[in-house]
Amino acid sequence: MRTGKLKQILLITDGCSNKGEDPTLIANMIREAGITVNVIGVLDQGDTDSDSLVEVEDIASSGGGVSQIVYPQVLTQTVQAVTKQAMTQTLQGVVNQELRQILGDNQSIEALPPDQRGEVMEVVDELTETCDMQLLVLVDTSASMQKKLNTVKEALIDLSISMNARTGDNKFAIYSFPGRKKALDKILEWSSDLDKLSSVFPKLTSGGITPTGPALKEALHQFSEGGLLRSLRKDAESEQADFGF
Amino acid sequence: MLNQSKPISVFNFKPGTCLRGKWHQRTYYIKEKLGTGAVGAVYLAKQDNDQWVALKISDKAASITSEINVLKKLAKVQGESPGPSLYEIDDWIDRRGECYPFYTMEYVQGESLDKFLNKRGRQWLGVLFPQLLEELEQLHRVGFILGDLKIENVIVTHRPIRLRFIDVGGVTLIGRSVKEYTEFYDRGYWHCGNRTADPAYDLFALAMMALRCAYPNQFRRTKEPKKYLITKLKQASILKPYDPIFHKALLGQYQNSQEMQQDFKKRTRHLTRKSAVPQDKQEIDWLEIVICISISVVLFFLATFY
Ligand SMILES: Nc1ncnc2c1ncn2[C@@H]1O[C@H](COP(=O)(O)OP(=O)(O)O)[C@@H](O)[C@H]1O
Ligand SMILES: [Mg+2]
Repeated sequence: MRTGKLKQILLITDGCSNKGEDPTLIANMIREAGITVNVIGVLDQGDTDSDSLVEVEDIASSGGGVSQIVYPQVLTQTVQAVTKQAMTQTLQGVVNQELRQILGDNQSIEALPPDQRGEVMEVVDELTETCDMQLLVLVDTSASMQKKLNTVKEALIDLSISMNARTGDNKFAIYSFPGRKKALDKILEWSSDLDKLSSVFPKLTSGGITPTGPALKEALHQFSEGGLLRSLRKDAESEQADFGF
Repeated sequence: MLNQSKPISVFNFKPGTCLRGKWHQRTYYIKEKLGTGAVGAVYLAKQDNDQWVALKISDKAASITSEINVLKKLAKVQGESPGPSLYEIDDWIDRRGECYPFYTMEYVQGESLDKFLNKRGRQWLGVLFPQLLEELEQLHRVGFILGDLKIENVIVTHRPIRLRFIDVGGVTLIGRSVKEYTEFYDRGYWHCGNRTADPAYDLFALAMMALRCAYPNQFRRTKEPKKYLITKLKQASILKPYDPIFHKALLGQYQNSQEMQQDFKKRTRHLTRKSAVPQDKQEIDWLEIVICISISVVLFFLATFY
């Protein structure tokens, strides 16, 4: 069995999109390209589950990923928990597909007797630890995020501590939206650690529009176009066949 | 954290609820809720043969299944391994046909560490921690660490007085990424190391557990996390006698639990001789402590030679 490569987008936002394509639609496209979209909605202090965050769940479910709505204080633990949970979920999906091929249409991990389920989970856990991962983080830097950006930065540095403790290889890229001229601005190019993040993370926010859809669409291109291939040329052949068991 | 807002029924079974397992067809009567955590809810339940068990049920099939895998592995380890013994694994199907995995385990009766220390006096740290370190040593020797060691995950039992670990969700193979952790107890959060499992990871968390007893409201990191932590330790007067030991554990200077355990024993012997612990008004159960120590020494030798 060869360990494949997991591709994820993590969107961190505090409000609903108000410009460009429907982000739910784009999330669906991204899922079809074999990439999972996870979303973390950051609440304002004192807010309860606000309406503007309804979209969060929709985007994640269309993108085949995990969503969570949180206050800034728990952002750090949430970012790593959501990322890990999404990995497990994706890998479980892959294993489920394999099971269906072997055992027939209605088989899934949940339907197995506990003992066999345990054995399957052992495999999923092993893959979660050893698979290579590419994670593109998309940070909403519209005006309302101003006070939360420092927390986001800390959470991302912390995420790299968790991910880099794994046996598998990691590549992170960080983008912000809305960009100054384009849909996205690059904060950090694909790299294995986020030590540099402290110095390059934006302190200022940019404007009041939140073009989540266009930003997601652009993020998808960061996986397939130059960016990744340049830094990961040696992995180029494995790009196609993502999970060969 | 705001979870999916629908109240999930497995988290609020009423006393008297009756569960039947799908695979083994055993019946369990829920007596009361013992607690909830990130993974599931734990209930005190009576089995159809009148035996009391702790029953953990969850809507997170993946997490609880990994946990069961760990419990199974621990069961194979000889001697006293931390964690409750695993009894039965099954699924519960609710009225809508949803499947919720659950397992039953030994019911560990006792009270929380901070309550116990408040009542009986902080000198008990010198008894309880070396005991837990002994169990940690056994676990580390077979290649695992506890991971999520924290006050919510331990219980002090009364007869015999022992610190027991109850949540194995964080148990991780040495060299792998720590499966489950809690910020306050995590050396990564305090910039005191990485999140790759090694024995020192548990020893750091153990020291944090002592700090958590000293500061019931906890505290958050500041600009210089490591320095701040050491300052907090210095200021914790109730930890004074063991200060140097916790200091070393926070800095990752113990390679294994045995070293830390030895330091504890030396320190306690020293304190007993001096008959110290002056400012403490609480009556001191020295006799009980001496008995406890002798028992652990005997157990230790037994464990070493057999
Ligand atoms: N075997 C047990 N005996 C007695 N109480 C238990 C037992 N297991 C768990 N509990 C209680 O239930 C709470 C939650 O259980 P835990 O296993 O830590 O759940 P989680 O994995 O969700 O954190 C614990 O803090 C403890 O109070
Ligand atoms: Mg727990």
